[in-house]
Amino acid sequence: MGVGDPAGMANAHCVASGMGGMRTAGDLVGRMQISQGMRIREAKEYVASKLKVSVSDLVDPVVMNEVRDDLDIGMVSTSLFPGSAKGIEAKFRIAKLLDMEINCVNRFRDKIGGILKA
Amino acid sequence: MGKVYARMGDGSLVELSEGELRRDLEEGTGDAVERGKIPVLSEDELSYLFDIYSIPYRFVSVEMGNEVILSYDAATLKIRRVGVLTHRIQSLQIYEKLLGADTVEFDHVDYSFKPVKPIVSYERADVEQALLMTTIPMFYGAMPNLGTYTQPDGPCLNPMELLPQGKISEARAAQEEMVEYAVDDMVYVGSMMYESGLDGINFDTTGAAGDADFLATLRAVETLRKKYPKMGIEVGMAGEFVLGMHGGLTYDGVRLAGLYPHKQVELAMKAGATVFGPAINTNTDKSCPWNVARAVTFAKACSEKSRIPVHANMGMGVGGTPVVDQPPVDAVSRASKAMVEIARLDGL
Repeated sequence: MGVGDPAGMANAHCVASGMGGMRTAGDLVGRMQISQGMRIREAKEYVASKLKVSVSDLVDPVVMNEVRDDLDIGMVSTSLFPGSAKGIEAKFRIAKLLDMEINCVNRFRDKIGGILKA
Repeated sequence: MGKVYARMGDGSLVELSEGELRRDLEEGTGDAVERGKIPVLSEDELSYLFDIYSIPYRFVSVEMGNEVILSYDAATLKIRRVGVLTHRIQSLQIYEKLLGADTVEFDHVDYSFKPVKPIVSYERADVEQALLMTTIPMFYGAMPNLGTYTQPDGPCLNPMELLPQGKISEARAAQEEMVEYAVDDMVYVGSMMYESGLDGINFDTTGAAGDADFLATLRAVETLRKKYPKMGIEVGMAGEFVLGMHGGLTYDGVRLAGLYPHKQVELAMKAGATVFGPAINTNTDKSCPWNVARAVTFAKACSEKSRIPVHANMGMGVGGTPVVDQPPVDAVSRASKAMVEIARLDGL
């Protein structure tokens, strides 16, 4: 765990070997690792199947920008996509898309008294 | 090609001949084999490492398709450390939107579970707001840090004072007492944070105070796993082997002192972790090729034993990264590529 200080190391690791976070599908694959304990290959295949893209598309920011826009699961440049899902809104959609529970999404539902259904 | 530019473990530039580079790679993997009783890197893997270090480019990367997940221990702390004046929620947004982070971590500047306990309500309030505003997975991170439980700052006698006096049994008893306090604090803070909606807890720098530190973490993980079956739990280590400060502590019948990453991961899995982070120390007297060959050998053996994702620690001073405040990108990118592609890691 951990790629170090931003200026010294995190940027270098991100460019050298990282998936790219919300620029691509890194956050989605990361979710499958953290909460499901999936190893990288299984996590990538799972996310690709749910997004209906190839595994190689997952790290292509051009493809993934369009996919994220179409599925409305959170964009990096929010000002270029007004009205798009942000923060917890995007996590509701990600939970449904990946067929998984997200802890803060469940908490949000509880806090609004179960108005929203899964 | 006659000469190769590489770095020493302290970050200084060094010029190696092809023969010296090959020797450093072979000796680096050999050192890990001898200490860890694990398989040596193959000729193909050593050749791959040789290519990584002999490429003249300043920066190298993994091949397309080999990208992995990055996690960020003490993320909000690191923005504060460099004097950038942001709220912690803004720091997380910087990681999410500007740094390409796959996951983030919320943490307190003291970065240990014990000092977080009395201010946990303040931490929860900020975490709950942060979760409304961010999209990527979020951990809460802190260190088990059993050193915070010794007098005069904590309730227990200090084993480091007792041991030089020859009071071995008293030192051991103090560490066993520290374990109980630490487990309570980690379970309490971990529970509070998870109930605020976080995706997971990161036990960072586990084992820093030795085998008692590792035992306390495993027991906290076990309790949290039973309490929250869907909780993400990452165990990141402090060093490549568990120091036997107590010497007699066991978990599930396994003696903890002296365990290397391929044995540590087995216990982390048994306790209920979903991600494991091995830490392989950098030797400043050796070259980065030596250190990376050694780190890859340990990490590969760990990855092969693991059924859960392995995110090796690759910050300053571990994983073949030089021990220097601003590690050069030539050294970092080579260590990054080697660890991901040869050790077959799931993340860093």
